[in-house]
Amino acid sequence: MLLQHAAATGAHPLSDTVARFVWLLPLLPFVGFVINGLLSLTSAYKAGPSDPSAAHDEAHAAVSHESEEHGAPGDDHHSIARHRSAGLVSLVGPGVLVLAFGLALAIFAAMRGVGEMHAPFVQQYFSWMPVGDLQINAAFQLDQLSMVMVLVITGVGMLIHVFSVGYMQDDPGYPRYFAYLNLFVFFMLVLVLGANYPILFIGWEGVGLCSYLLIGYWFSDKANADAGKKAFIVNRIGDFGFLVAMFMLFANLGTLDFVSVNAAASSLGAGSVLVTVICLFLFLGCAGKSAQIPLYVWLPDAMAGPTPVSALIHAATMVTAGVYLIARSNALFSLAPSASLTVVVVGSVTAIFAASIGLKQWDIKKVLAYSTVSQLGYMFVAVGSGAYVAGMFHLMTHAFFKALLFLGSGSVIYAMHRAYHHTGKHDDAQDMRNMGGLRTYLPITWALMWAATLAIAGVPPFAGFFSKDEILGSLFARHEGSALAQAHFLGIPGNIVILSCYVLGLATAFMTAVYMTRMMLYTFHGPNRTGDREREHLAEAPWVMTGPLVALGILSVVGGWFNLPGIIPAGPVGVLEHWLEPIVGESTLRLTNGAPAEIAHSTELMLIGVAVLIALAGIALAFVRLKPERLVPASASPPEHGVEEVLLNKYYVDELYDAAIVQPIVATSRSLLWRGIDVGLIDGLTRLFLQSKDDDSAPGAVRMGGLLPRSLGWFGSQLQSGQVGTYAWVLVIGMLFVLGAFSFR
Amino acid sequence: MLPEALFFSAVLFVIGVVGVLTRRNAIIVFMCVELMLNAVNLTFVAFAQVYGVAGQIFVFFVMTVAAAEAAVGLAIIIALYRHRQTVNLSNINLLKG
Repeated sequence: MLLQHAAATGAHPLSDTVARFVWLLPLLPFVGFVINGLLSLTSAYKAGPSDPSAAHDEAHAAVSHESEEHGAPGDDHHSIARHRSAGLVSLVGPGVLVLAFGLALAIFAAMRGVGEMHAPFVQQYFSWMPVGDLQINAAFQLDQLSMVMVLVITGVGMLIHVFSVGYMQDDPGYPRYFAYLNLFVFFMLVLVLGANYPILFIGWEGVGLCSYLLIGYWFSDKANADAGKKAFIVNRIGDFGFLVAMFMLFANLGTLDFVSVNAAASSLGAGSVLVTVICLFLFLGCAGKSAQIPLYVWLPDAMAGPTPVSALIHAATMVTAGVYLIARSNALFSLAPSASLTVVVVGSVTAIFAASIGLKQWDIKKVLAYSTVSQLGYMFVAVGSGAYVAGMFHLMTHAFFKALLFLGSGSVIYAMHRAYHHTGKHDDAQDMRNMGGLRTYLPITWALMWAATLAIAGVPPFAGFFSKDEILGSLFARHEGSALAQAHFLGIPGNIVILSCYVLGLATAFMTAVYMTRMMLYTFHGPNRTGDREREHLAEAPWVMTGPLVALGILSVVGGWFNLPGIIPAGPVGVLEHWLEPIVGESTLRLTNGAPAEIAHSTELMLIGVAVLIALAGIALAFVRLKPERLVPASASPPEHGVEEVLLNKYYVDELYDAAIVQPIVATSRSLLWRGIDVGLIDGLTRLFLQSKDDDSAPGAVRMGGLLPRSLGWFGSQLQSGQVGTYAWVLVIGMLFVLGAFSFR
Repeated sequence: MLPEALFFSAVLFVIGVVGVLTRRNAIIVFMCVELMLNAVNLTFVAFAQVYGVAGQIFVFFVMTVAAAEAAVGLAIIIALYRHRQTVNLSNINLLKG
């Protein structure tokens, strides 16, 4: 069926190539989801095949699993509860991703083969919502932008799936885990391949669902389930914005297809209030999905899920969907400079805000979570300032090094966990105060995580240096002459706003270098604080886990070559920029007021020099000031005071939201809706009527309120006599009425 | 010819309706329903003389369905009788509200 409809797309140069199998991309992980999902339903658990004493293991599993909050798996000697079909799942789960990545590479090669293509390759499958003027087709769209996303999703996703085989192998819910993970990749591919906003929205909601399912993967622990709910509810606020934006787009343009929206966008009027409002509502959706102020609060809590999930969903792919959405809607955002300026401001404020929290976290995953929020802020700075290429570039390099950092931390947690498991000690395996000196025990992880750290800090020639530098450079270039500089944010002229955001960006880069170096120092350097008996059990993870780390490490080092700046001609220059030019080139030019986004080479060199100096200064400061030798294990640490306490408690934003939003709702429900309306008004009224004869017990009184419906129901039931003759009479009389009505009309 | 045939079938139909409405014996009610069906059949045939053969084809359909209905209906009545030892519709009111 799919193929027949695909033929309708006609004469696009890609339609005769392997790209016509683009529908297979999401289908493959979906098949994996179905198989793994069925396997997860088939059976209960079974002790590992290597271990003879199953009964002992089951008991052990019950105890250890409950206590293992962040539940990394057990170890080779004590299989906790390896699933019966774990072998098949390990084949299917990562297998479908390998196939999908292979297909993505083939399609990419085909796209390179047809040369420059100016129209996206759209495949229509069926008409989904043909309602009046609203024509929404189930259709996929393949263009340069979605191709980049597809490669990142399937490529990084594949590595993380392989890593998960090692990380999750002893978890009793192994098939369920891979079912969710495959489903996530399916929805993510639908998101980036959708040819219109509603299809994108399906993927958007689908990845939200999978995120919820995987955050609460260890749902028997209430904190994890709560974190999942928090993510889901906060994202609803953003989705409201996205939906309103879609409604407004349809109401004003009459279409929701990307191609037609882009073509018709200029009819909304450049800089008009309408397009600005649409863009701001779209950005609200992005702020929810991509964890920007004020909706970022769910992402740090989302670390409750398994670590590979944090790497895939909450660092590399899903949270970048907002960046993708803005890049996809570049025609709209370039028409609304003030909305774009808002994106820049929110992005840069989020970046520095989250980075400052990251300075003081003790949980290794929390550091990385705030780092992710901060780096997403950078991406929004880029797409907001019209540097869509830089945004996508940073999205890509960030996917490499942040996935590496998360998987590396997963490897650390895995090692810590096994050590604790051996001796039966129950301590926090994610608290950096319990680590230290892991370099000698985990040398591969140590080296690779340093590569990622240098990448994220922006040290040349690692990947993050090029992307971050391009963002800051483009932002700086906008401060004069561009449409952004002429716009206003809350009455402040754009050029001042842009320069302040640039300073914020530099400060964020400094903090990034500091907190990342801090994390590395506390985790891998100095003396070990894990415990004397546990220390000897610390060891590197198996190759199925370190292998993906190595691959990501290579990408983190050479990722910059995907888009070298013209000023550093160490290879082909601006590959990604050239690749994305047909999609975003026009919009970037519109935001820069036609001027190419070039700044003088001397200025650019100076900017690069400043950025590198700042990064190195951050690393050096961390090395000089932080003393891992002075740390004590978490259980023995004194409480903190002053600024440190504020940062550790994340500026009390969660508490603020709780007091300002959650508590008022709960209080209103309790005092007004329950005590006031239910008990006071309804029960009070019924009590009034009953005063004379009955007691004032609420249930009896409420039953009075049901008297009217009950008596009406009694009359109704009398019509049904059970006598066929009566029914026949009613039928005949009714028929005579109808006939009479027709005759004497 | 047509008015006479229509008059005759109307009379037949009314007899059927009155039978269905007044009688209590399920068999007789059933026969009256058949009478109504055949009254309609007669109308179809009569109109077929004027407007073409479609009416006659329709009669075949009605007869086929009526035959099936008779089989099912009689089976129900027999089952009912075995169960309750009566076919008086007044006594059959289990679905009373």
